[in-house]
Amino acid sequence: MFTYYLDLALRSLKRNKALTALMVLALALGIGASMTTLTVLHVLSGDPLPGKSHQLFYPQLDPQDMDGYKPQDEPPEQVSWIDGMALLQARRAHFQALMTGGAVPIQPAQSSIDPFFEDARYTTADFFPMFDVPFLYGQGWNATDDEASAHVAVLTRELNEKLFGGKDSTGQTLRMNDVAFRIVGVLDSWRPTPHFYDLNTGSYSADEGVFVPLATATDLKFARNGSTDCWDKGSSENMKTATCTWLQFWVQLDTPAEATAYREFLLNYSREQKALGHFQRPPNVRLRDVMGWLDYNKVVPSDVHLQVWLAFGFLLVCLVNTVGLMLAKFLRRSGELGVRRALGASRRSLFAQLLVEAGAVGLVGGAGGLLLALLGLWLVRGQPSDYAALAHLDLPMLLATFVAAVMASLLAGLLPAWRACLTPPALQLKSN
Amino acid sequence: MQIRPILAAMRHHKAGTVLIALQIALTLAIVCNALFIIQQRITRMSRPSGVSESNLFVIRSDWADKSDTQRIDAQMQADLIALRQLGSVQDAASTNSFPLRGTGWDNYIKLQPDQPRMTTDSAIFFSDDHTLATLGTRLIEGRNFTASEVAAQKPRDAMHAAQVIISKDLARRLFPQGSALGKTIYVSMGQAPSTVIGVTDTLQAHMTGSWAGPYAYNAVLIPARLLNDYTYYLVRAKPGQLEAAMRDAPKALFAQSRMRIIDHKDGVMSFAQVRQRAYERDVGMAILMGIISVVLLAITAAGIVGLTSFWVGQRRKQIGVRRALGATRGDILSYFLTENLLIGIGGVLAGAVLAIGINLWMVTQFEMARLSLAYVVAGVAALLVLGQGAVLAPALRASRVSPVEATRSV
Repeated sequence: MFTYYLDLALRSLKRNKALTALMVLALALGIGASMTTLTVLHVLSGDPLPGKSHQLFYPQLDPQDMDGYKPQDEPPEQVSWIDGMALLQARRAHFQALMTGGAVPIQPAQSSIDPFFEDARYTTADFFPMFDVPFLYGQGWNATDDEASAHVAVLTRELNEKLFGGKDSTGQTLRMNDVAFRIVGVLDSWRPTPHFYDLNTGSYSADEGVFVPLATATDLKFARNGSTDCWDKGSSENMKTATCTWLQFWVQLDTPAEATAYREFLLNYSREQKALGHFQRPPNVRLRDVMGWLDYNKVVPSDVHLQVWLAFGFLLVCLVNTVGLMLAKFLRRSGELGVRRALGASRRSLFAQLLVEAGAVGLVGGAGGLLLALLGLWLVRGQPSDYAALAHLDLPMLLATFVAAVMASLLAGLLPAWRACLTPPALQLKSN
Repeated sequence: MQIRPILAAMRHHKAGTVLIALQIALTLAIVCNALFIIQQRITRMSRPSGVSESNLFVIRSDWADKSDTQRIDAQMQADLIALRQLGSVQDAASTNSFPLRGTGWDNYIKLQPDQPRMTTDSAIFFSDDHTLATLGTRLIEGRNFTASEVAAQKPRDAMHAAQVIISKDLARRLFPQGSALGKTIYVSMGQAPSTVIGVTDTLQAHMTGSWAGPYAYNAVLIPARLLNDYTYYLVRAKPGQLEAAMRDAPKALFAQSRMRIIDHKDGVMSFAQVRQRAYERDVGMAILMGIISVVLLAITAAGIVGLTSFWVGQRRKQIGVRRALGATRGDILSYFLTENLLIGIGGVLAGAVLAIGINLWMVTQFEMARLSLAYVVAGVAALLVLGQGAVLAPALRASRVSPVEATRSV
């Protein structure tokens, strides 16, 4: 029966090519535009560490002075060295890491490669186990290396490719800023999107190529990248005593109970600091998990949301258009439908036949929409924004495209098919 | 024109009528808002920077050895002398940032040292006595810095700028009554007072984001060389020699010292490139909105053509009867045009309400201004004309139906 309906549908679609083409084109444009924007949104608002992100928290404290104090203000988005170190050494969480971004001049041993700047991350040892960072060779450093300001480094797979041709480089020496570092590990491919652990260096930027212990980097005065917010006298030559927030601090808390306990700990810490005169404001702490932190920072650009709404508005117009055209098409065939009804076809089977026709339009439109979405994403990738390179269609979005197209066209066919079947057969025959 | 028979006929194909009206309404709502967004972006992009942009370019020099600030200071002074001596170069100055850069340094500006909240926020541009001439920005009051006022400044040291030059908009914001000249302001947390010695004509900040709207034209020029990990050199080429100067300048800098990194991709940028980079997202958004609007209008027009053609085909016999009873071709033509106009009016009325509704919703969701009614009126007119245009071909076909059709049965 289905194949018969399909045959009928194809014949009918072929009869009026311009109208069919218009329906397919409108549907394809609508689906293409919606799927392009939706894919971008899907990529940008994704979970950077699925399965783990709800256990990772970003504590915030308010160590500022009373200058400009408003009770409802959010605490600063980073921590100072003093507070960061205090929280780190308190070891109240399963894992904790204090970090900041930077850039280091790398002086390769081979003369074939010129010295170059590489983005770096200065962090404490827990960074690697806490964020489930995959290692290709070796491993991260440990807390002893942190304390000793050891000259050790971890490279990404890409940088290892560039410097050592992808071979196991652990144990080798890498010169950075005129200092020799021992490579202890090489990461496997790892690019959490968004770059959640430090949004100052670009929410979707490519990750840093080299990791160095935080203490080592500060001792050697490596250059920092990121934001610094100061208060009071703020600036001083020594960032370790400055009244400035400039570090990110992350903790892993495995259960909600641990998170509650940690929040209490942060409050107590704030109270204690206030009693000691280090803090002046009333305790004001936040403990957001990864997705909460990304939401709070509104990492997805508002233009992307706007584009999604626009595309769906566009799809809606295309659908209304398709409904109108299908209505015209189905009603024009009342004669044919009348004959089939008179010959004993039930209303239900006519309805099914018309819906098969609508579905066929949907399938072709969906295929067209998929091509347009691929084209659209290719155009997005040509854009200069830092997330451009991430815009790829994945399998769920590909399936969603087809389901959306067929559902949309079936929906568009519903009203016209129902209207066409409603007229009694005698009237359909007579009107001719 | 008799409207009543048209309305009566419409009742017989309600679904089609409603669909066309709905499509017109949605198209109007989306296109109005899209055009409004385009206009907003274009307004943003055509704001003046206050800089004489042709013949200006910027070089970013990253120091290979960042540890020795004294050496950086000496190098910056030597670099500037070398740049100013080039044949193709008119003037040059060092700075931390410049209008339209996107990111940079901004400070709270206060009028009293112990004031709890800032008066306003402003971009901080480290400058020297050549900066204004290099930017091509006019001084409307007061005087320029002298060479002896320009000091060295380490990034983390407290800022002690005894003299500052501020932009016109900042001056007006800080001192709404009277001149800012000679007044004292506080530009840093070091709480050292600064005297305003000059006020520039319009000068844009580095911030281009819409959040920075109220501060977009606030700038403070500090007479200092910032000894940071990198510096920017603003260079004004002699008229017509921009390309030559952009080639010569990096060579001259490398001849001074090789202990620097100038990115081969964007280390040297003409101000036209800076402007393009600052607004490329706005351009992309405007183009996207434009494409969507055009395609939407085309689809709506095609939909009207399709559905009206169907109606004409359906009513050939009635048209024939009317023609046989004495209706002229013009009567038939105007019947379809009027019918479309009536549907169109229904559609645009709903569409205008929807357009304003969508705009009000966007005002709450995105940084968006209120839609001006002129857009709605223009959109209404455009869609009615579009509808009439789309219906013309099928209506003409209808008017050519011969009265003989009345006697034929299909």
